[in-house]
Amino acid sequence: MIKAILIFNNHGKPRLSMFYQPYSEDTQWQIIRETFHLVSKRDENVCNFLEGGLLIGESDNKLIYRHYATLYFVFCVDSSESELGILDLIQVFVETLDKCFENVCELDLIFHVDKVPNILAEMVMGGMVLETNMNEIVTQIDAQNKLEKSEAALAGAPAQIFKSPIYNCIKKNKIPRNKFNQGGERPVL
Amino acid sequence: MPAVSKGDGMRGLAVFISDIRNCKSKEAEIKRINKELANIRSKFKGDKALDGYSKKKYVCKLLFIFLLGHDIDFGHMEAVNLLSSNRYTEKQIGYLFISVLVNSSSELIRLINNAVKNDLGSRNPAFTGLALHCIANVGSREMAEAFAGEIPKILVAGDAMDSVKQSAALCLLRLYRTSPDLVPMGDWTSRVVHLLNDQHLGVVTAAASLITTLAQKNPEEFKTSVSLAVSRLSRIVTSASTDLQDYTYYFVPAPWLSVKLLRLLQCYPPPEDPAVRGRLTECLETILNKAQEPPKSKKVQHSNAKNAVLFEAISLIIHHDSEPNLLVRACNQLGQFLQHRETNLRYLALESMCALASSEFSHEAVKTHIETVISALKTERDVSVRQRAVDLLYAMCDRSNAQQIVAEMLSYLETADYSIREEIVLKVAILAEKYAVDYTWYVDTILNLIRIAGDYVSEEVWYRVIQIVINRDDVQGYAAKTVFEALQAPACHENLVKVGGYILGEFGNLIAGDPRSSPLTQFHLLHSKFHLCSVPTRALLLSTYIKFVNLFPEVKGTIQDVLRSDSQLKNADVELQQRAVEYLRLSTVASTDILATVLEEMPPFPERESSILAKLKKKKGPSTVTDLEEAKRERSADVNGGPEPAPSSTSAASTPSPSADLLGLGAAPPVPTGPPPSAGGLLVDVFSDSPSAVAPLAPGSEDNFARFVCKNNGVLFENQLLQIGLKSEFRQNLGRMFIFYGNKTSTQFLSFTPTLICSDDLQANLSLQTKPVDPTVDGGAQVQQAVNIECVSDFTEAPVLNIQFRYGGTFQNVSVKLPITLNKFFQPTEMASQDFFQRWKQLSNPQQEVQNIFKAKHPMDTEITKAKIIGFGSALLEEVDPNPANFVGAGIIHTKTTQIGCLLRLEPNLQAQMYRLTLRTSRETVSQRLCELLSEQF
Repeated sequence: MIKAILIFNNHGKPRLSMFYQPYSEDTQWQIIRETFHLVSKRDENVCNFLEGGLLIGESDNKLIYRHYATLYFVFCVDSSESELGILDLIQVFVETLDKCFENVCELDLIFHVDKVPNILAEMVMGGMVLETNMNEIVTQIDAQNKLEKSEAALAGAPAQIFKSPIYNCIKKNKIPRNKFNQGGERPVL
Repeated sequence: MPAVSKGDGMRGLAVFISDIRNCKSKEAEIKRINKELANIRSKFKGDKALDGYSKKKYVCKLLFIFLLGHDIDFGHMEAVNLLSSNRYTEKQIGYLFISVLVNSSSELIRLINNAVKNDLGSRNPAFTGLALHCIANVGSREMAEAFAGEIPKILVAGDAMDSVKQSAALCLLRLYRTSPDLVPMGDWTSRVVHLLNDQHLGVVTAAASLITTLAQKNPEEFKTSVSLAVSRLSRIVTSASTDLQDYTYYFVPAPWLSVKLLRLLQCYPPPEDPAVRGRLTECLETILNKAQEPPKSKKVQHSNAKNAVLFEAISLIIHHDSEPNLLVRACNQLGQFLQHRETNLRYLALESMCALASSEFSHEAVKTHIETVISALKTERDVSVRQRAVDLLYAMCDRSNAQQIVAEMLSYLETADYSIREEIVLKVAILAEKYAVDYTWYVDTILNLIRIAGDYVSEEVWYRVIQIVINRDDVQGYAAKTVFEALQAPACHENLVKVGGYILGEFGNLIAGDPRSSPLTQFHLLHSKFHLCSVPTRALLLSTYIKFVNLFPEVKGTIQDVLRSDSQLKNADVELQQRAVEYLRLSTVASTDILATVLEEMPPFPERESSILAKLKKKKGPSTVTDLEEAKRERSADVNGGPEPAPSSTSAASTPSPSADLLGLGAAPPVPTGPPPSAGGLLVDVFSDSPSAVAPLAPGSEDNFARFVCKNNGVLFENQLLQIGLKSEFRQNLGRMFIFYGNKTSTQFLSFTPTLICSDDLQANLSLQTKPVDPTVDGGAQVQQAVNIECVSDFTEAPVLNIQFRYGGTFQNVSVKLPITLNKFFQPTEMASQDFFQRWKQLSNPQQEVQNIFKAKHPMDTEITKAKIIGFGSALLEEVDPNPANFVGAGIIHTKTTQIGCLLRLEPNLQAQMYRLTLRTSRETVSQRLCELLSEQF
């Protein structure tokens, strides 16, 4: 079973956190910090598995992670999961994100804080793998987007405002970021 | 076109996020967030009703703020409101918020459940999907109570869409995990199994996950899944890489599903149906063959997917542990991976090999990789990999390589990562104890351990070394000498002071003859460390001092001076002060005799499971260690049957606990010898001079025989001339027995010929093989004879051991029944109450049940009874019988031809001092025999 899925950047800023076991909010943040600490100090080219930290509990838990550009994708799993299988799953997740966002980068995850969990939900549900076929996942996401558009049109909601340049200029014009909030435009894949 | 188009989204959210990103400091960020929280709060509290879009936007903002690490204490109600929206996107955000931020104890749970219920019944499959996701993600008991009955219906409904079936399967799985009692088994179970045949591979994958978990608890009910899983797997494995289209991942057909199916098969023993079994073997061979083919792609994803399946196939092969050919191939494959350039593969190969090392077929093959593993320990850059190497060395360790492995682990310990030092210390301590032929090596190893990693040596480790030294008198002198030398180092670890203090206090006299370690020198050496130690160690040293007073009267004065000093008598620590006062008083008032009695050498410790092993189990979870140990124990017949003397007393072997001999120490605890059986010379048939005649059974032989039903080691026979000891081990339908013949006289036995005699009937069912022993047995010597035993089919009689020899001028002829009984081929089976009674009912034929009501011959003690049932070989099942006073057991008798499941129930009646014993097995003769054997025990 997958206990938690975490994405954070090279500075430990969380970009997604999903816990499939109940932890208090404080514990969740501590787990993110501890996991970042464990994962970020590892060299490149070492293996992608390590023993779980203390907070996430139970001795047979493992962290399986991959590092893409500015982001760490970490899955915390128990011994019932295949390690290489989970590595594949991370890859499928990232490739899916790349299809959904066209050259996905950290910024996409930041600005789609509402969308990324839904994409993940098409793959993992309640800590179990739901679907691994990328085409199937993308089809579902497409269907959701169509629904969203039609609902927005129905409501006469400010569909035009959606086209506002603010978002695009952040991404396309690459406004220089100050150090505190840096990171982001590098494509993940 | 990308699936998420760029223009969509909520403008307010995007603005807020870019504001946050523009903040130049943490403070600015917090300020901006607080401003936004205040804004949202006022919007939520405001008079104007918010439309769905705004609610969605604000809830999204709250989610973002939460992700940044800030507490969110409002907005839950608005999120719940979104659930009843009829717009998909609003619902979706509502559900997301609830999955992330609502815990199960929330008072909103009733409202949430209502909304979930509506969506579950919705005709829009997208809404049903959201509801199922929510149940699975929250997975609380309340949710299970509300929906556990509903989900199975959705799962097996004929018209359900594939995506709904997938979600329902995983949703049910989640609820079963959190609250198994609330998920009713029923008609749906057989239909779930048939989902393995579904056209949609996503549905099959979800169903395989569900069935795997359910089958672990209810193996009988899901048994039919085995053949379905095998045929599905075989279709995938043999398909061309393009057949499965979208489910082909980097040229590997449906890797994820293959892994799940292989996992499912690991819930069961090898299939019984030869056709299914053959097909599975073929699949496994194909997977192993594919590993040798050139890769279809250079991408790492290709090799990952391919190897994910391969590793899972190897796990299954190891789990079945029945095809030597496959096991050896698996071992070779892992051997290749040990040297692979991919770190991940080296890691996984080490991990899988650990499991392989405990199979008797492949243990030797694993051992051939020892050099590679040792070099991994030394050269791997990655601590995760090094740790796996330590685990593997531990698993592959046996008597032949223990010295090498322990030495390597010790030297690795000097540089090991702090995080894994304690575990390595435990492992070294266990291996050193377990495989010590020479206990001086053991003592050296543990002292080295303390020297190298004293901080990581837990109490269990140093307690254990003391227990062992006290229980083995052959090593006490050496231990005293060694600790004395070690203590001379200018800086030594406090743990060494503890061990040294204890051992010198007990056995310092053994080295006191040497002027270099005279009593006074010993005392000064210990006392020089005293002030550097913590209170518990000082307390221990005070006890050592008073022991010295008894051992060495000449240092009494010096020690009394120390005890009398202010720093002791007025010590602020109550414990130290009390010890000083009491010891001082004791040394002053007591006579030498009283001192000698009070301060007598410690009696041997009762043999029990090593406390270190218990600790390692606790640390690593019970399953990993136990399996390893069990497997090892069974394999290591030579370890326990080594050149040690047979147990010299009857009481020594009277603890039938199966774990007592775990460390091979059970053989020689120096327990005071009980009176020898009194039958004496009567046993010796002095009149018969014909070597061919077999003596009648020795009197008392029957009783001795009964004592061995529940234990494997001990003294079988003893008279004035001869002692016969036994040690035996059984595994499945095989066994090995060592018979030790001890010549108690000072004269040679000549023409010494032991013979095993089986009736024709018995011969057909029980095969015994042995080699003749040397015909002369010197006075005081002991010879041993190994008997290999195979149970072909169930049997009732016991073989007879006849021994003929010449002692002085007379011919001696002794016969005893050899305790090889049917129950020795028991393998315990653990099962839950439900399973037990289900099987009990299945065995309801009158011939299958045998019952005996009998009077208790021994005091009716619960613990002893339990130990006997375990010693008898069956598992003792707790909390199965509704009456806690009753005992219930289960196990399988292994014979070459068949396996016979056995259930037993023992009902004591304390008032009447009676027992009722009921046996149910699938074979009448077995029930009968087991009942006879066990009835004699109580």
